[in-house]
Amino acid sequence: MNLDISFGQYCEGNSILHRMDPRAKIIAAIMYIVAVFLAKNLYAFALLLLSAIFLIAVSGIPLRIVLKSMKPLVIILLFTAVINIFWMEGETLLVSLGFIQIYLEGIINAILIAVRIIILLVGTTIFMTFTTTPIALTDGLEQLLSPLKKIGLPVHEFSMMMTIALRFIPTLTEETQKIMNAQKARGADFSTGSLLQRAKALVPILVPLFVSAFRRADELATAMECRCYTGGDGRTRMNVLHAGAMDYVFCILVIALGAGILVLNQFGGYMLSW
Amino acid sequence: MYQIELKNVSFVYGAGEPYEIRALDNINLHLGGSVMTGFMGHTGSGKSTLVQLLNGILKPTSGQVLLDGKDIWEDPKKIRDIRFRVGVVMQYPEYQLFDETVRDDIAFGPKNMGLSKEEIEQRVIDAVHFAGLDESLLDKSPFELSGGQKRRAALAGVIAMRPEILVLDEPAAGLDPGGRREILGRIREFQRSSGTSVIIVSHSMEDMAMYCDRIIVMSAGKVAMDGTCSEVFGRYNELLDVGLDVPQITYVADELRKHGIDIGADIYTVKYAASQILSKIGGRQI
Repeated sequence: MNLDISFGQYCEGNSILHRMDPRAKIIAAIMYIVAVFLAKNLYAFALLLLSAIFLIAVSGIPLRIVLKSMKPLVIILLFTAVINIFWMEGETLLVSLGFIQIYLEGIINAILIAVRIIILLVGTTIFMTFTTTPIALTDGLEQLLSPLKKIGLPVHEFSMMMTIALRFIPTLTEETQKIMNAQKARGADFSTGSLLQRAKALVPILVPLFVSAFRRADELATAMECRCYTGGDGRTRMNVLHAGAMDYVFCILVIALGAGILVLNQFGGYMLSW
Repeated sequence: MYQIELKNVSFVYGAGEPYEIRALDNINLHLGGSVMTGFMGHTGSGKSTLVQLLNGILKPTSGQVLLDGKDIWEDPKKIRDIRFRVGVVMQYPEYQLFDETVRDDIAFGPKNMGLSKEEIEQRVIDAVHFAGLDESLLDKSPFELSGGQKRRAALAGVIAMRPEILVLDEPAAGLDPGGRREILGRIREFQRSSGTSVIIVSHSMEDMAMYCDRIIVMSAGKVAMDGTCSEVFGRYNELLDVGLDVPQITYVADELRKHGIDIGADIYTVKYAASQILSKIGGRQI
């Protein structure tokens, strides 16, 4: 068993999207999500699809990597598609087998919902994870949320926690792999046996993993204190974020996309029902 | 008598990806016999990858690993049996301790083998003696032990499986000189008394020179040298070329030779150097 986490990974590059201000990318991604949910008919979906292709092209991320990141989604996609096919009722009956009735509308609906989920994921991953380093992302988020400091929310501490958590994902993945190998060398068996036996087989991995995670946390806290970290107050940053022309252009483009979808929705045709 | 044979073994990390790394390149080796074999090599030379191929933690990208002439991957479902026969102690094994007591932790391997309770108990006691741990520690939590004790408990956990071949990846890494000597001495003693074949991976030339019968030097995924200590350390210019060092005393002997003192080119332990120098100046042998 190999732990593969290509989903949500930063992909190095130097495209316009890579160079954008992370704050603009977060705002654009949120607006993009709204736009995706506004789309109701086939015309609007066609426009969405075009926008997703445009985003992938601009980001310069190889299509192969984008598709690979969709892999974990296959089950969810199939599940929602199947539910839609069997539960949607419409006007054009295609198949009728006892209590199973499949309508043309159900199939169209299933396809559109699958497309919606895919576009949703492509849009957000291209804007956020693929083209933005986790550090930049939490930096951007911290600044966007900084007005909440006024009402006493620990925004800096929150974003520091997120940065640290993201930073340690690969470390802990590697650690898990090492511990698994060590226990396998002693004959541990993770892949056969009843559910209870398999759950029990995880103990020899989880205990050492927790022990080492706590040890790392301790060491990190000491290292941060040694460098006089006391929290967010009075802390200046090395990379001050600047919003440039491109950032505004992209945000406006996404707003235009939303407006375009609203207009296209008026043309009728088949309307998606959720 | 060799037990493990590597036949045209290559291993590639991330095969087919743009960033694939060829860790091992067409390795052919016979390992085993009642000797202590040392693997040396610069970081990234493929030593640790090779170790993980021996007990089927990794599967070779191409080529075969044969144990007593049979491909260990012949039946992938039986790979666990291979792991009981080829015991591997990974780097920093103390981080794999998990059970409530040292006794239970050491018994983890034998339990997985499906042995009887009495047999397991006997093996745990024997393993603890081999590893040089006090029996009174058996009922303590492994997390209460000191660093050196933890390392030895982890070692005992593999020894308790009574493998035919014991493989250790950097068993002395991170220990103080006293701890190094203690643990390597224990391993050597275990090898001699049990006749097991032991393979160790190490960075320390001194350790290798002191404890190993055979040394294999790895460089860039290939076997660069293979021979006895004197054969390998005798070619020390080549060792420097592949980014390795030789024992300090070999440098001293080399300087002496340059100054016209004719002592052999095969000097790699302090003891042997001392006896050679003494014989040159007509002193008493030690």
